[in-house]
Amino acid sequence: MIHIPCPWCGPRDETEFTYGGEAGDVMPALDGQSDQVAWHAFVHLSENPSGPVSEFWYHGGGCGRWLLVRRDTASYEILEVRDAVEAARGPKDDVER
Amino acid sequence: MGGDYSAWRLLHRGWGLGGAWKPAWSKADPKKHYEVVIVGGGGHGLATAYYLAKNHGLHDVLVLEAGWLGGGNTGRNTTIIRSDYFLEASGALKEFALELWEGLSQELNYNLMVSQRGYVDLAHSDGELEAFTLRANAMLLRGSDAAILDRQALKERVPPLNLDPKARFPIVGALLQERGGTLRHDAVAWAYARAASRLGVDIIEQCPVTGFEQSGNRIAAVTTAPGTIGADNVVVSVAGQSSQVAKMAGFRLPLQSIPVQAFVSEPVKPALDVVVNFNAGLAYVGQTDKGELVMGGATEGYPGYRAMGGQAAIEHTAARIIEMFPFTAKMRLMRQWGGIADIPMDGNAIMGATPVDNLTLNAGWGYAGFKATPAVGWTIAQTVAQGRAHPLIAPFALDRFESGALIDDAGAGPAPWLH
Repeated sequence: MIHIPCPWCGPRDETEFTYGGEAGDVMPALDGQSDQVAWHAFVHLSENPSGPVSEFWYHGGGCGRWLLVRRDTASYEILEVRDAVEAARGPKDDVER
Repeated sequence: MGGDYSAWRLLHRGWGLGGAWKPAWSKADPKKHYEVVIVGGGGHGLATAYYLAKNHGLHDVLVLEAGWLGGGNTGRNTTIIRSDYFLEASGALKEFALELWEGLSQELNYNLMVSQRGYVDLAHSDGELEAFTLRANAMLLRGSDAAILDRQALKERVPPLNLDPKARFPIVGALLQERGGTLRHDAVAWAYARAASRLGVDIIEQCPVTGFEQSGNRIAAVTTAPGTIGADNVVVSVAGQSSQVAKMAGFRLPLQSIPVQAFVSEPVKPALDVVVNFNAGLAYVGQTDKGELVMGGATEGYPGYRAMGGQAAIEHTAARIIEMFPFTAKMRLMRQWGGIADIPMDGNAIMGATPVDNLTLNAGWGYAGFKATPAVGWTIAQTVAQGRAHPLIAPFALDRFESGALIDDAGAGPAPWLH
């Protein structure tokens, strides 16, 4: 059982969360210009490291927010947890809010 | 290496005649160069080595194992063999494996304790039973065996099963494959190792590969602690570590490594002469010859490299086992362990050519690889020996992800943690 310190709810058991995939690659642009190779890499290819990795977790049993979690897959240590939407907006938007 | 195993030899040794038993396989010192270097000495890698030597006359083969033989997923699975798959590519390969299992103890002169006691997949809704009927028809069409059981037939086949219509999840029927069953899993590693070693294959344990020396688009040599070993062909068959080994060779794979747990109860008297699976919630149970119930379930649900697993998955699996067999409720679990399953984006294995010319991959078996062991060894060996994919594994090519020809038995999409 791992415990994820949710930025909104505090530390909670893993059973409250749903894993949502590796957060490594950025989705190709939806402008019709991205080729099949880029989409293949985004949808299928994985770093799958034995060590620190960034991943999405959904806190369905709590605040209902998507979180960006930095986790070590070898030690299972949680290194950093941020709200995924805030992380995507960046620090400038954080200040504006 | 000693001679064949037999009842006579057992008796002979039992009388203290003929000296000590000889080791089943030799401890090799690596040569400078091999025609084929197999990275990974699990059941798949060892079977590949055996069939390279036996079917194709390639004896200049080295198997490198980072741990010890039978210590990885070969010795961690729930020992189930079956071929009850719907999609043709999945079913045909496992059916070939099942046919090979049926004669393997004799061929390898090693008692694998193959017990075709039957494999029952429970349906908990009419829709699920419809899907099973479709699957049974597909199995019959490819020459395998399958039967659909209604509740009465199920009561007769699996007497301890909880068929109470007022159960939390009432059972409506089942898919049965009588040729499915169990066997002694670590004996598979030992038997293939012994047979391969007798045919001249070198096996080195406790020897992880630390890198590849590449020349052009080929691997010239593998680097290990004892030294650099040249190779004409390299086979990578390392299950949970596939991404790490692929990274050494310079490419990424469409899979994630996710732990799966299994556990055994204390031994009890014979109660269950068949393997039963709670398909809708994924929990399977069988009884060993020693009397322990062997149980397994779904993955942990997120990637990791700790071969342990958490309490949540144990509770999830145990709840379904007790739902099926209420007599298990007060039994104690004796041991629990995990294995690292490499699960691809469509949930099916990846076999054959890679971006590196002389590197053949066998990966992505997730928690379904044990049953396929002899067929994987057979087909990968032919693929390496003939330089083109064996027809049975051609659909499992790595490039299917880019071309879109996915083989998604579960229909779960590019989310390995859901397969």
